[in-house]
Amino acid sequence: MRFVMIVVGLAVTAGCASAGGRRPTSTAPAAAAAPAGQDTTGVGPQYPSTYKRHPNPAVLIRNATIMTAAGQEIQGGSILFRDGKIVAVGTTVEAPSDATVVDGTGKWVTPGVIDTHSHIGVYAAPGTFAESDGNEATNPVTSEVWAEHSFWPQDPQIPLAIAGGVTTIQALPGSANLIGGRSAILKLVPARSVQEMKFPGAHYGLKMACGENPKRVYGGRGGAPSTRMGNMAGYRAAFIAAQDYRRRWDKWNKDHQGDPPDRNLRNETLAEVLRGNIYVQNHCYRADEMMQMLDLAHEFGFKIRSFHHAVEAYKIADVLAREGTAVSIWSDWWGFKEEAMDGIYENAALVQQAGGRVVIHSDDASGIQRLNQEAAKAMYHGRRAGIPITRDQAVRWFTANPAWVLGLESVVGTLEPGKMADVVLWSGDPLSVYAQAVRVYNDGWLVYDRNDPTHQPKTDFTLGQP
Amino acid sequence: MIAFLLAQTIAIIGGTVYPVSGPKIENATVLIRDGRITAVGTNVAVPAGATRIDASGKWVTPGLIDGAGQMGLREIGAVQGTNEYTLRGNDVAAGFNVLEGINPASTLIAVNRMEGVTTTLAVPGSLGVPPSGGLIWGQAALIDLDGATIETMQIKSPAAMVANLSESAKDAGGGSRAGVAQRLRRALSDAREYATRRADYRRRQIQDLSASAADLEALQPVLRGELPLIVAANRRSDIETALRIAREYKLRLILAGAAEGWMVPGGIAAAGVPVLVEPLDNIPSYDALGIRYENAALLAKGGAKVALMETTTENTRDLRQQAGNAVANGMTWDQALRAVTLTPAEIFGVAGQYGSLEAGKVANVVVWSGDPFEFSTGVEHVFIRGRDIPLRSRQTELLERYRTLPPKY
Repeated sequence: MRFVMIVVGLAVTAGCASAGGRRPTSTAPAAAAAPAGQDTTGVGPQYPSTYKRHPNPAVLIRNATIMTAAGQEIQGGSILFRDGKIVAVGTTVEAPSDATVVDGTGKWVTPGVIDTHSHIGVYAAPGTFAESDGNEATNPVTSEVWAEHSFWPQDPQIPLAIAGGVTTIQALPGSANLIGGRSAILKLVPARSVQEMKFPGAHYGLKMACGENPKRVYGGRGGAPSTRMGNMAGYRAAFIAAQDYRRRWDKWNKDHQGDPPDRNLRNETLAEVLRGNIYVQNHCYRADEMMQMLDLAHEFGFKIRSFHHAVEAYKIADVLAREGTAVSIWSDWWGFKEEAMDGIYENAALVQQAGGRVVIHSDDASGIQRLNQEAAKAMYHGRRAGIPITRDQAVRWFTANPAWVLGLESVVGTLEPGKMADVVLWSGDPLSVYAQAVRVYNDGWLVYDRNDPTHQPKTDFTLGQP
Repeated sequence: MIAFLLAQTIAIIGGTVYPVSGPKIENATVLIRDGRITAVGTNVAVPAGATRIDASGKWVTPGLIDGAGQMGLREIGAVQGTNEYTLRGNDVAAGFNVLEGINPASTLIAVNRMEGVTTTLAVPGSLGVPPSGGLIWGQAALIDLDGATIETMQIKSPAAMVANLSESAKDAGGGSRAGVAQRLRRALSDAREYATRRADYRRRQIQDLSASAADLEALQPVLRGELPLIVAANRRSDIETALRIAREYKLRLILAGAAEGWMVPGGIAAAGVPVLVEPLDNIPSYDALGIRYENAALLAKGGAKVALMETTTENTRDLRQQAGNAVANGMTWDQALRAVTLTPAEIFGVAGQYGSLEAGKVANVVVWSGDPFEFSTGVEHVFIRGRDIPLRSRQTELLERYRTLPPKY
C-alpha cells in the first residue's frame, strides 16, 4: 500500500457548511438535505454555532508518511495548511516563507480522528451525579432534549481525547430511551461554551435505542416499554405524531394561512428527521433488531444514517450495504450483556468486505483516546481471517467514514486540499500500539503538542488538582 | 498440585525465544514433555517421536498471566445469574473463596486464551477503576485457562486475600475513609485475638468480635504473612493507609489499581510492595484525580515490582494492548513483558513453576507471529500445561457461520 503522489493543488473550496442536495450516500457536499443553520422548521434558527477559527500561522509538516484516508499513503510526504484549510499534500510541497515548518521524519500524518459516539461532556468526569447529564430517563421518548444543553466544556475528559488525536465528536444522549434526543456535533477545542464548539454545517443526530436498555429502564418501573414489541410500538407512535406535526407545519410554512400551528419540541425534532435534516443515530446490537429498525425507517420514510454498537452487523452486512446505513462499532467489545454476546473481532472487516461503511467508535471516555488502535485491531484480525482490509480503509474507519455519518464528508475526514485542517502527527505508524499523537491541529490550531506543555490545554476542573 | 493430563513430547523449533528469566535466544528450541518444559536453548536435542512445531520467524514467550480478573466467575456482566464473584451481605468476607464459583465451561475462556492469555487470577469483588463496594471481598484463586474441572484448572487457591481501601469501601466504614481503615484494623486485630483465644470464643468468654469465626480463621494466613493481601487503593492517601496497615500487622501487601501510585513510587518500592496496574486507566474521579497513563512506567522506574491487569474480564485478551500501551507510555518493552509473565508469577508465589521459559516449569507457552503487543501479531500456538490449545471459540464459530451470506445453518 504505497502510493506516491506528486504535488497537489491549491485550496479553494469553502470548507464548512456548503450546500448540497439530498444525497446521503454521495461523497459530495456535506449536507444531505438543507444546510445546517438553515431554517426548515418554520421557527427560525435555534442555538446557532458561535464557533470561530483560531488564527494561526501556516504550517508545513514535511518528510512524513501521510495517510490521506483518500487512497494514498505517501512516503516522504508533506502537507501544508493555512487559515484552517489544507492547501497541498504531496512529495514536493513548497514551504511559504511565513509557514511554521515541522519535521515529520519517522512520523505519520492522518486526518483528525472523529468519534461518532461519545458521551464525554454529557457524562463528564469526575463522574458523580452532578455530571450525570446524559439520559433524560423520565420518558421513553424525549426527542425534545438536546445533548448540547447538557454538554460541559470543562469536562477533563476532553483534553484526554484531544491527546488521542480526536478533533470532532458526536456527543450523544444515552440509550435509556427509545428516542433519547438530539446529538451535538462538536469541534474538540478548548471553549467556554458548547456553542463555541458546535461544528458549523453539521447535521444534528437523533439518538434512538433498541433492545435491552429502554425495556429495562421503563419495564423495571412497571411502565412501557417493557418488551421489544413495546419498543417498536413506542417508536411508531412517536413518528405517527411527528408525521401529523410535519404535515401541519409544512402546510403553514408554504401558505402562511392563519396562526402557525402550536410548537412541540418533541415533534419538531422528529419532523426534521422525516424531512431528512436530522440523521438517525441508532443504538442497536442485534441483527434481527436492526432489521426491524430498517422496516421502521421504511414505514416512515427516513434513513438510518448509522447503527451504533451493532455487534451483529456482520450477520446482515449485505443488507446494511444495500441500505446505505453505516455501522459505528467497537473492534472487540462483547459479552457485557446478552445482546452483546455475538460480537466478533471480524465484524468491521466483514461489513467492509460486503461494501458497507464501517466506523470504529468509542462510546467510552477511555476508548476515544485510542480509536486508531481499535481500528488496527479490527483490521489485523480481519486480515488474519483472510479478509483483505487495506491500511487506507482502516484509517477511514476513524476519519472519513465517521465524517460521512455526521454529514461532514466534504469538510473533514481526509487530507485533501480544501478540507478543514484537522491533522494529527503521530510518533509512528498509527496502526501500531506504540504510536502516540504528538501534535494535533484542529482547524489549523495546534490544540495539542505532546512535547510542549504550553500546548496541552487543561480544563478548569484540572487546575490545582494533583 | 498441578494436574497434567497429557503425556506428550513437543518441540517448538527455530523461534526467537523470550524466556523472560534471561535474554532472548535466536533460533532456539523449547522442548515440552508431559506438560513441563524440559529444555530451552539452541542446542536442544529433539527426541524421536516428538511433535515438531516450526517456529522459525516466530516469537516464543511464556503464556501471559493476567494480574486480576474474574475469568470463570463472570459470564455476562448484566446477567446476575451468571456472576459468582461477590458474596453479598458480608463486608468482611475473608472466608469466601471464589474457586467453586468458577465455571470451567465459560465461553470467555476459549475466547481469551486463544489470544495468548494462559493464566489469570480470579478475584472476588472487582479491582477495576472504580473497584466494587465492600471491605474484604474474599480469597482469589490462580487458574490456568484449560481444564474441564476446577481441580484441573487451579494452580493455587487461595492465592491471595483481596480487600478494598478505595472510595467504594466507604459504606463498609460508616461513610469515612478513616472508618474503613479502622474497620480493617479491627478485623485484623480481632483475627489476631481470635487465634489466641479460640477456646474462649467457643465458650463465648470473649468480647464480640467484628467478624464470624470462619472469616477470622481465614485471616490467619494473612496475619502470618503466608497469604498476600491484595488491597485496591487508588488515591495516594489510601495507598499510604494500605502501606501503614501492612507495616503495623506485618502483612504481605499487594497494591491493586494504585492509580496515584506514581506519586509515591519510592515508598511503595521501599516497602517491597508489588503493584497490579491497569495501564489504560486515566479517567479522573474523586477517588483518583491524579490518574495517568504513565503510572506503570513511573512505578517501575521508581523500583516497584509491577504486574499488569486487564480487569474487563471478557476482554482479558486485551492484556497485550495494556502492555503495549505501557511501553508507549514509558515502560521498557522488557519490563512490560515481565509484567505480564514472570512478575505476576512472583507476586502470586508461583515463580518456581510459572512465568518464564525454563526447564522444569509448567509448559504455558505462546508462539506469536511477531511482537506479542502489536496488533499486527497473531497467535500461532497456545500451549497450556503442554496441551496445544485449539484456536477455536464461540466467536470463531460465529465467524465461520457468517463469513459468507446467507449464513451456513
